[in-house]
Amino acid sequence: MNGRGGRTIRVDTLARVEGEGSLYIKMAGDRVADVKLKIFEPPRLFEAFLRGRHCTEAPDITARICGICPVAYQMSAVHAVERALGIHIDPAVRLLRRLFYCGEWIESHALHIYMLHAPDFLAYEDAIAMARDHRPIVERALRLKKIGNRIVQLLGGREIHPLSATIGGFYKTPTKQTLLELRTDLEWALEASLETVRWTASLQFPNFEQDYEFVALRHPDEYPLNEGRLVSNRGLDIDVAEYEDHFLELHVKHSNALHSVVRGRSSYLVGPLARFNLNFERLPDVARKAAIEAGLRPPIKNLFRSIVVRAVELVFACSEALRAIGEYEPPPAPRIEASSRTGVGQAITEAPRGILYHRYALDEKGLILAAKIVPPTSQNLKRIEDDLREYAAQVAAWPIEEATWKCEQAVRCYDPCISCATHFLKLVVQPDDASRG
Amino acid sequence: MLVIGCGNRQRGDDAAGILAAERLRELGVPAQICGGEAAALLETWNGANDVIVIDAVLTGAIPGTLHIWDGSQALPSSFSVSSTHGLGVAEAIELARALGRLPARLRVWGIEAAQFDLGSDVSPAIRQATEQAALEIAAEANSLARS
Repeated sequence: MNGRGGRTIRVDTLARVEGEGSLYIKMAGDRVADVKLKIFEPPRLFEAFLRGRHCTEAPDITARICGICPVAYQMSAVHAVERALGIHIDPAVRLLRRLFYCGEWIESHALHIYMLHAPDFLAYEDAIAMARDHRPIVERALRLKKIGNRIVQLLGGREIHPLSATIGGFYKTPTKQTLLELRTDLEWALEASLETVRWTASLQFPNFEQDYEFVALRHPDEYPLNEGRLVSNRGLDIDVAEYEDHFLELHVKHSNALHSVVRGRSSYLVGPLARFNLNFERLPDVARKAAIEAGLRPPIKNLFRSIVVRAVELVFACSEALRAIGEYEPPPAPRIEASSRTGVGQAITEAPRGILYHRYALDEKGLILAAKIVPPTSQNLKRIEDDLREYAAQVAAWPIEEATWKCEQAVRCYDPCISCATHFLKLVVQPDDASRG
Repeated sequence: MLVIGCGNRQRGDDAAGILAAERLRELGVPAQICGGEAAALLETWNGANDVIVIDAVLTGAIPGTLHIWDGSQALPSSFSVSSTHGLGVAEAIELARALGRLPARLRVWGIEAAQFDLGSDVSPAIRQATEQAALEIAAEANSLARS
């Protein structure tokens, strides 16, 4: 059954990813004939729901796209609408938004590193099996995640689909004292994150480097979360408003999610690796030092090492959250009100999985005429297929079960959020009928 | 005794656990509501000795059937309906077992569901089963309170 003839890798339901989809890889000898990441999660149609709604509803409606990264949707939505309305937020609100986003990064990265991704490197079927042998490690993960949740709950009113973010600021801002109550937890989380970097760096990684076009935000002096120019390692350097001039969404038959490409080029990579490679020198000292000690220096081109990069970003998020609560003084008003006007606004923020683009066209009453949302996972989908085309060829000679397992692992490196891209993922390896072994 | 209703109001019969918890509150029995995500569930029952978790399940039985499982045993694999985060109620219980964080006594009340369609209402048979589960659990809670 492990002959070198035509055969097919199929994973009908890919586990430990967010959402529903499957993977199909057709081999012809050692050559990969076809790769399809099939997204059968139903289309979400959020862009259509938004038409005719008031722009102030955009953050709360789009937050419903994802239960893992609702803050990302809220942040891209508020920034895009603020751009359309010409609102300039208070610096204290900006700081609070960074803290809010750090909370989401902490919970999302802790979940992916420990519960979804680490079992792949330690040869466990899942986090539960891993927990039996590595109890303190899983306890650490749960506590880290809880601290992230607590930040989101404190600023957003609840952990999932928070409520307080709005155009111009927040409905309610916390007191300094309330934020300081997070400090002890965050100091523990920072230490735990540094330990996470050391622990993930000790894992064994397959040798798989690719020549990626990395795309991420870049801010003059901050590691990117809410703002910056959009840059790549192939010379892209644009205002986020020019996004659609440089990127194209394509419909593909086998998927309910659109694929994205750089116009005139091809697939690209968004997420931790892209951010790290393009913003290494903007990491706070504690995170940069941890990266160097873990042997990470840009450019990292091996996607399997993204687990270590995520851990470095966990250090960043904890350190940045501590900075934010230290510097915070409540703004004069929780939010800035602005009158409605006709306009178009675009924004990109860095969701845990990569850049999230929103555009809104508003009429004179502030009603949404058109909306466009490009989530990070849909931007990575074509790149995932490209990676699998290379990676499947490397593992083609392996027994089918092992090859399948390896291909699934490659997909999980992306921490795909198929719910966002539409919404699920599924992977399959089986002999091809046309095979003559 | 701590009662926790799990589920998602937006997914048809998946609301069963939440409805049961709400009904228990009407009957004067304190009940928690939880989406069912593993870490949140472990947190919710942290420190409790006697816990009942109520959730919608798909085992192939007739919709509306009530199942009661003892958490000290592994749950039937059919219980492991994949949640959006890949770690749902069954996984939470196994994770707690692995971490030594299971309550001393844990029972899982499964309400057999018919459909989890987005935005749909709860099926009548499931609504009825939810009421029955709430009444039975309330009767036990009240007898415990008296004793």
